[in-house]
Amino acid sequence: MSVLILADQADGHFKKTAYEALSYGAKVAELTGTTAEALVLGTVSEDLASLGKYGVKKVHHVANEALNTVDAQVYAKVIAEAVKSTGATIVIFSQNTTGRAVGPRLSVRLKAGLVTAAVALPETSNGFVVRKVSFSGKAFANVAINTDIKIISLNMNAYKIAAGEGTAEVSTLDTAVDAPKIKVTATDKVTGEVPLTEATRVVSGGRGLKGPENWHLLEDLAKALDAATACSRPVADSHWRPHHEHVGQTGVAIAPNLYVALGISGAIQHLAGVNRSKVIVVINKDGEAPFFKAADYGIVGDIFEIVPKLTEEIRKFKGA
Amino acid sequence: MKILVCISKTPDTTAKIAFKNGNTQFEDNGVQWIINPYDEWYALVRAIELKEKDPSTTVHLITVGGADAEPIIRKALALGGDEAIRVNSTDLTDSFYVASQIAEVARAGAYDLIFTGKETIDYNNSAIGGMVAELLDLPFVSIATKFEINGNTATIQREIEGGEEANEVTLPVVVSCAKGMAEARIPNMRGIMAARTKPLKVVEPVAVEALTSISSFELPPAKAGVKLVSPDNVGELVRLLHEEAKVI
Ligand SMILES: Cc1cc2nc3c(=O)[nH]c(=O)nc-3n(C[C@H](O)[C@H](O)[C@H](O)COP(=O)(O)OP(=O)(O)OC[C@H]3O[C@@H](n4cnc5c(N)ncnc54)[C@H](O)[C@@H]3O)c2cc1C
Repeated sequence: MSVLILADQADGHFKKTAYEALSYGAKVAELTGTTAEALVLGTVSEDLASLGKYGVKKVHHVANEALNTVDAQVYAKVIAEAVKSTGATIVIFSQNTTGRAVGPRLSVRLKAGLVTAAVALPETSNGFVVRKVSFSGKAFANVAINTDIKIISLNMNAYKIAAGEGTAEVSTLDTAVDAPKIKVTATDKVTGEVPLTEATRVVSGGRGLKGPENWHLLEDLAKALDAATACSRPVADSHWRPHHEHVGQTGVAIAPNLYVALGISGAIQHLAGVNRSKVIVVINKDGEAPFFKAADYGIVGDIFEIVPKLTEEIRKFKGA
Repeated sequence: MKILVCISKTPDTTAKIAFKNGNTQFEDNGVQWIINPYDEWYALVRAIELKEKDPSTTVHLITVGGADAEPIIRKALALGGDEAIRVNSTDLTDSFYVASQIAEVARAGAYDLIFTGKETIDYNNSAIGGMVAELLDLPFVSIATKFEINGNTATIQREIEGGEEANEVTLPVVVSCAKGMAEARIPNMRGIMAARTKPLKVVEPVAVEALTSISSFELPPAKAGVKLVSPDNVGELVRLLHEEAKVI
C-alpha cells in the first residue's frame, strides 16, 4: 500500500502543479496511514532526492527519454506498470493537460475509479469520498470511489504547496516503454511568462477596454502585480487578444489567489471560469454590473482613469 | 471517412443550479437543456466542416441517455450529422459507464475518428475521450484546438501548459475538442427539416459496473458581499489587498 504521485515535468523541470500534487499526496498518505512515493517520467535535470521536501519517501524514476513528451497511451501503460510494481493503491495526478489525457486511460486500464478536478482531501470516515468541481464551479460534487485502487486528479491551485525538510530515496524503474503513436512535430510555448492556469494572480480585461490598443493599461497593472493576463470571450473572438487567454465556461477555467477584472460585465458564462478565484476585484463603471455580486472588492468607475492610478499605487507599495 | 461525435445533454449555461433528494440529485425542474457547448461548437462543427470538404465522409452522433435526450440529438442532426445513435440508459452513474457504452458502439462502427468535447459543463470530468480511447486501444489527443486531415494522417494542434503542441497521428484516433477547432453555427431551416427524417437508432446499453458514485452535491458558501472602494482612494484598495485579503 502506498500513494503514488505523478510529479509532472516539462523540459526537464518540475511544474508547479507537481509540487501541489506531491504536497497533497503526502497528506493523503498521512490520512490513510501509508507512505507517499513519487513517480518521475523522462529526463529531468533537477535533484530527485529533494522531492523528499514535499513529504515523499521514495522517488521512482523511469528515465526513458521517449517520455519527455506526453503520449497518453504510452504514459498510461508505464504508470500502470509502476502502480503494480510499487503496490500503490492511490494514484495522484494534476488536472492539467497531462492528467486530463492520462488519468482516464489509467482508470480504464486498472479498473480504478477516478475523480477529476478534485479540490479537497478525501473524506475516509465512511468509504472514500473526494470533493470535485461540478457545474463549472457553480457547485461541488462529493464522489465516492468504490474500487480498490483509487485515482485522484487534483485541480490546479486547489492545494497549497507544503515544503519542509527531508530527502527521498531515488530508484530507477525498469519499465518497457512503447514507441509513441503520436508524433510531436512542434511546440510553441510562451516563454518567460507563467502559464495562465498556474498563475497565482491574474488581471483580466473585457470589452470595456474598447480595443487592443488600450491593453498596455492592463499589461502594466499585471506587470506591477506580477500577474498573468486573461480576457473575456468577446475580446478573444474579436482577436484583440489570443484565444488561450479567454477564460470562462467555454475557455480556460482558473482559480488564482487574486483575479482582477477590468471592464468585464461578469456574465454567468464568464463567472463559470473564474468563480473559484480566492479574491476577486472588479473595476467597472456600471455599479449594476453582475460581477459586483461575485466580487470581494470593487471600484465603480472608469478603468481608463483608475487603472493607471492603481498601477502607480501598486508600484509604490512594492517599492516600499 | 467515418466520424463519430459524442454528444452530451447539459443544463443551459444560465440554468440555476440547485439539488434535490437530500442534495443527491440535480434539480432539473424548469431547466432548459442544450448540447454541451464543447461538443456542439467545436467537436460537431469541426466534423461537419470535414464532411463539407470531403463529401464521402459520414458523421454519426452518439448520446447515452433517456428519450428526453432526443431533442438534443435532433438539434445536432439539424446542424449536419448524418445519423444518430442513442444508447438507451438513464443510469449514467459515472464516466466509465458512459465511455463503455460509447466504446461498444464505436467498436462495431469501425470509425476512423472519434470526437468528444473537452469536458461537459455539468460534471466537468474531462474523462470520456481518454476512457473511450483506452477501451478501444487507440491513441488519444486531448484538448485539441486545430484539426486537419490529409489522407490517413491527422495534424492536430493541442493545448499544453503555457502553449501549444503540434501532433501528427495516423487514424483511427480519439480527439477531445476545445475552442479554436471551429466557430459555433446556428442550425438553419433546411437542416431542421432534414433532421426530422434522419435515422435515430436506439440501442440498449451493455452491462457495466460503475467505478464511482456521487454521494452528494454542495453549493459553494455565499460570498460575504463586495467591499466598495472610492475611485478617489485607489490606495485603499492596495491596503485592503495587502492587509485584509493578503494576496499581495
Ligand atoms: C454558451 C455560452 C458560453 C459563453 N462562454 C463564455 C466564456 O467562456 N467566457 C466569457 O467571458 N464569456 C462567455 N460567454 C459570453 C458572455 O455571456 C458575455 O457575453 C461576455 O462574458 C461579456 O464580455 P464582457 O464582459 O467583456 O463584455 P460586455 O458584456 O460588453 O461588458 C463590458 C463591461 O465593461 C464595462 N465598461 C465599459 N466601459 C468601461 C470603462 N470605461 N470603465 C469601466 N468599465 C467599463 C461595462 O459597464 C460592461 O459591464 C458565453 C456565452 C454563451 C451563450
